[in-house]
Amino acid sequence: MYAFTYRKAKDVKDAAAGLAKNADAKLLAGGQSLIAAMKLRLSAPPELIDLGTISELRGIKSDGKNVVIGAMTRHAEVAASTDVKKAIPALAYLASQIGDRMVRNMGTLGGAIAHNDPAADYPAAVVGLGATVETNKRKIDADAFFKGIYETALDPGEIITSVSFPIPKRAAYMKFKQPASRFAMVGVMVADTGKDVRVAVTGAGPCVFRVKEMEQALGKKFAPDSVANIKVPDKGLNSDIHASAEYRAHLVTVMAKRAVEAALK
Amino acid sequence: MPVKVSMTVNGKPVSAEVEERTLLVNFIREHLRLTGTHVGCDTAQCGACTIEMNGDAVKACNMLAMQAEGAKITTIEGIAAADGTLHPMQEAFREHHALQCGFCTPGMVISAIDLVRRHPNPSEEVVRAELDGNFCRCTGYHNIVKAILDAAPKVAAMR
Amino acid sequence: MASMNIIGTSVKRTEDYRFLTGGGQYTDDVAPHHATYAVFVRSPHAHAKIKGIKTDKAAKARGVHAVYTGDDIAKAGINGLPCGWLITDVNGQPMKEPPYPVLAQGKVRHVGERVAVVIADTLHEARDAAELVEVDYEVLPAVVNGAEARKKGAPVLHEIAPDNTCYVWAIGDKAKVDDVFKSAAHTTKLEFVNNRLIPNAIEPRAAIGNYSRAEDAYTLHVASQNPHVERLLMTAFVMGLPEHKVHVIAPDVGGGFGSKIYLYGEDVVVTWASKQINRPVKWTADRVESFSSDAHGRDHVTTAELALDKDGKFLAMRVHTTANVGAYLSTFASCVPTILYATLLAGQYTTPVIYCEVTAVFTNTTPVDAYRGAGRPEATYVVERLVETAAREMKIDPAEIRRRNFIKEFPYQTPVALLYDTGNYNATLDAATKLGDVAGYAKRKEQSKARGKLRGIGYSCYIEACGIAPSSVAGSLGARAGLYEAGEVRVHPTGKVTVFTGSHSHGQGHETTFAQVVASRLGIPMDDVHIVHGDTSKILFGMGTYGSRSIAVGGTAIVKAVDKVIAKGKKIAAHLMEAAENDVEFSDGIFRVTGTDKQVPFGQVALTAYVPHNYPHDKLEPGLNENAFYDPSNFTFPAGSYVCEVEVDPDTGKTSIESFVAVDDFGKIINPMIVEGQVQGGLTQGIGQALMEGCRYDSASGQLLTGTLTDYCLPRAEDVPHFKIDTRETPCTHNPLGVKGCGEAGAIGAPAALMNAITDAIGVRDLAMPATAETVWRAIAMKKAA
Repeated sequence: MYAFTYRKAKDVKDAAAGLAKNADAKLLAGGQSLIAAMKLRLSAPPELIDLGTISELRGIKSDGKNVVIGAMTRHAEVAASTDVKKAIPALAYLASQIGDRMVRNMGTLGGAIAHNDPAADYPAAVVGLGATVETNKRKIDADAFFKGIYETALDPGEIITSVSFPIPKRAAYMKFKQPASRFAMVGVMVADTGKDVRVAVTGAGPCVFRVKEMEQALGKKFAPDSVANIKVPDKGLNSDIHASAEYRAHLVTVMAKRAVEAALK
Repeated sequence: MPVKVSMTVNGKPVSAEVEERTLLVNFIREHLRLTGTHVGCDTAQCGACTIEMNGDAVKACNMLAMQAEGAKITTIEGIAAADGTLHPMQEAFREHHALQCGFCTPGMVISAIDLVRRHPNPSEEVVRAELDGNFCRCTGYHNIVKAILDAAPKVAAMR
Repeated sequence: MASMNIIGTSVKRTEDYRFLTGGGQYTDDVAPHHATYAVFVRSPHAHAKIKGIKTDKAAKARGVHAVYTGDDIAKAGINGLPCGWLITDVNGQPMKEPPYPVLAQGKVRHVGERVAVVIADTLHEARDAAELVEVDYEVLPAVVNGAEARKKGAPVLHEIAPDNTCYVWAIGDKAKVDDVFKSAAHTTKLEFVNNRLIPNAIEPRAAIGNYSRAEDAYTLHVASQNPHVERLLMTAFVMGLPEHKVHVIAPDVGGGFGSKIYLYGEDVVVTWASKQINRPVKWTADRVESFSSDAHGRDHVTTAELALDKDGKFLAMRVHTTANVGAYLSTFASCVPTILYATLLAGQYTTPVIYCEVTAVFTNTTPVDAYRGAGRPEATYVVERLVETAAREMKIDPAEIRRRNFIKEFPYQTPVALLYDTGNYNATLDAATKLGDVAGYAKRKEQSKARGKLRGIGYSCYIEACGIAPSSVAGSLGARAGLYEAGEVRVHPTGKVTVFTGSHSHGQGHETTFAQVVASRLGIPMDDVHIVHGDTSKILFGMGTYGSRSIAVGGTAIVKAVDKVIAKGKKIAAHLMEAAENDVEFSDGIFRVTGTDKQVPFGQVALTAYVPHNYPHDKLEPGLNENAFYDPSNFTFPAGSYVCEVEVDPDTGKTSIESFVAVDDFGKIINPMIVEGQVQGGLTQGIGQALMEGCRYDSASGQLLTGTLTDYCLPRAEDVPHFKIDTRETPCTHNPLGVKGCGEAGAIGAPAALMNAITDAIGVRDLAMPATAETVWRAIAMKKAA
């Protein structure tokens, strides 16, 4: 780890001021990706602004229409939340599948989506459920938030404050784990919002993406068979030592089908 | 620029001037000389560094000491009773031969205690799934799982 | 009086309390005053010339004491790391032994090779400064695959091996074997890779060198499986230091699995540097370093053939293996794919003739050496995959074909040099088929099918040669060391006993097992026995722990020393009881005069030895302290039968292990609980090899692709089943305890059982390890397409 300066932000405004002062500073949320990268000297921010003690960023609220989760809410809190389990069990389940127990006790929703690891689970939830990302400056629609590999719509100095998940009629997440890292080799969130169906895939490509063909088919008939024969093209999908693009493409179909099965249960 | 960090470790208030980049695990091992918390990897996979922070198991190698400012920390040295009597989880590990080289053991025990607090009556399947943040290269997990299943009701009875 | 015999009982471990309470002391826990920290600058390239190294910036950085490169090591007269086993090739020539420098000399040959070391006051400072060392590399083409390295035009690693070949070695009668193959009723041929593994003991390697001017002596704390061997190699071969002025301590060691047997360059550098800067120098590997610098395991490419008669009797076996030894010869690299591999190819069977040829090849990869099982897992994989495949081809039940070929009369001389002293292979196979309810398999397969899953069953009947070794035999085969073990039993005046053993425990529980042996033999409480290991200044000598040798060789050395104590005790007791020595017998801690009620307890004899007022001074020295060396007369031959059932999800290719049965014959068992633990751990490493572990290099650049735990997959708790384990017992015939050793069995036998089961489930002939979900899915898809 390279040397850096460290400060605790008092509140979101204080954190934003810190970022304004030092454009190279980085926000520290749970740190489960950032600290690991810094330890390997792959990331070298000169300053860390720790959001850890800002209580306004932490917490879960549900109003019957939306579940709003503070950016600094831990994965373990989302997974265990009775509100989330009741309103969007698929989201609680997804959170319970991130990393391992100890990682979930530190890692945060805001940190995860700001980092936008191509194999992270949360992007599938945000896009699959059609959530809205709220920042200290604006609201960003899920479909506009994730831009590419480790890239988001966040402007410099912009801080995620919460994510609002509309409560779907039914939804489910299915994940095929990369066996070593436990990130998603392929993760599929299927959600029937009541108005339409959304299918979001993480892990398979450089960034979370939707599968329109599956969405349309499921919109007509929400059943496993509707997606069983829909193949996503493997062109552009990730190919590495853990899985070829072809295999990932295949898993998208299998996981989507299983997610629909689960959503119907 | 050193920064001051303070926390409570195994019931004792501690504080020190540390470099900002000091990881919590280094603070525990090097500043406090509590060497029961181990480091087995660089990527937060192995779980040998697992400690309890404010009641939750976390990986001390994947966080800064400053992130534990003001926290209540329990390390493996703080698990047994003051007179040296083993905690039921430690006792179950001994009884069931759930450790061999001992290197993963401190993290495994802390993780196991956290597990049975959340699942007072876990199935074998739950235990295996919930241990995914801790590697053991010696035991094949078999006896660790047995020990946790055995200790679960005893730990529940402690509360 | 109750018997003190606690052999065969599951005594809880003595060592557990300290490990459970954070009291273990591993090398990185040792904190000498004024310690400095070493960080190694490592090669980012698989193959490159070093045109120059600039260290001035690093040397001037904050907190830095010294920066050393290969030049400094050469100037200091430090030699390369030696190989402990000389293999003679098919032409009678010695193997090629290129120098294995402690720090690179002009060239690097694998990613992660040590190039320079930076020593600073803190670890952060050393790391920061290490980045300031400027190395000018001229990158060369690299080769990582053993077969590719032998091709014409492949990049050459070492001048003395222009074809990258270390040796071509063979065993057996080729002409005879070829003849049998020509006329055999059936032949089975398989070609496969035994995948390269990275050991990953959870404690990373670590070493602390500490030179004392006052004593003109060095202390080295090191995570090692054999501190005496480490010291001998380091002093006599590498550094030219006086052996008695180097004190090596291997304290608690967090797993080894072979990877901590060897003398590594880091150990040498910290020892040497501690004198140069007159401060302790500490180095602990991070996991990334472990991946590229701990010796790897396996990496064979093999063509294997079995010839059978029409009834499935094995007639001959023919095996050609290319063994990738990596960039340099590690300490025991040369004997693993030869002496520890080809000699095991008879397995449990009466195959009358066997020929095996092994080509050892240098590549731009981390050196390969012994990893849990070392040669024997590779041999078992060859034999048991061939046997299972032949059975399927000939439509003979796979258990039945094994029974038809089992060795049933002992001692049995195999065609590949070994003499099996004893065994009962039907007993373990019968027990395993019962415990695994093979009779109910067909029904379970139907149930799986109803769930849309493919079920398969696989066997593996392994044998291993443990308790290495008769030194004379090992010496005739090229070993450059003896392979005995030493033990010392020190009886104190109060009757308490300290035992010093040359074996080293890094998880095996010697402090318990050895104490059980001594307490039982002396008839004293186990609490009165303390086992000391891992310290060259306390223990007279030791060859260390590997190859499942500790109880068979180290345990026997202790028994011999105990027996000497008893023999001397009888003399003292005879004097005390005014009886003839021949009339004194010893049992349950009491010396008695046969046929009388005269007796003295062990404790009184011990006290008399140290307070010799009434003592036969004309015949005996005072004191009660004996040592013994034990050099075994033969290897031991643990064997067993494993049955594995898997279920494959055809949609994803994911395999789940539904049942794993292991019935082993380890001879006499001292502590069943500890033995079962060893089996469970070994099985899990074997399952890891078969299902998930596999070191990968990029073939073009030679970069290590599985260089962290996020890419190299170790088994987790949910990847392995609840094991069903049992034992059968045919005592070893040539050691007093009748023991054989149990540390490696699981890792040796498991991969073949698992791969036999998966290939059975999906109906293919062969499949590459690790059988990842994608590998299995592809095999299913290809089968469908065909």
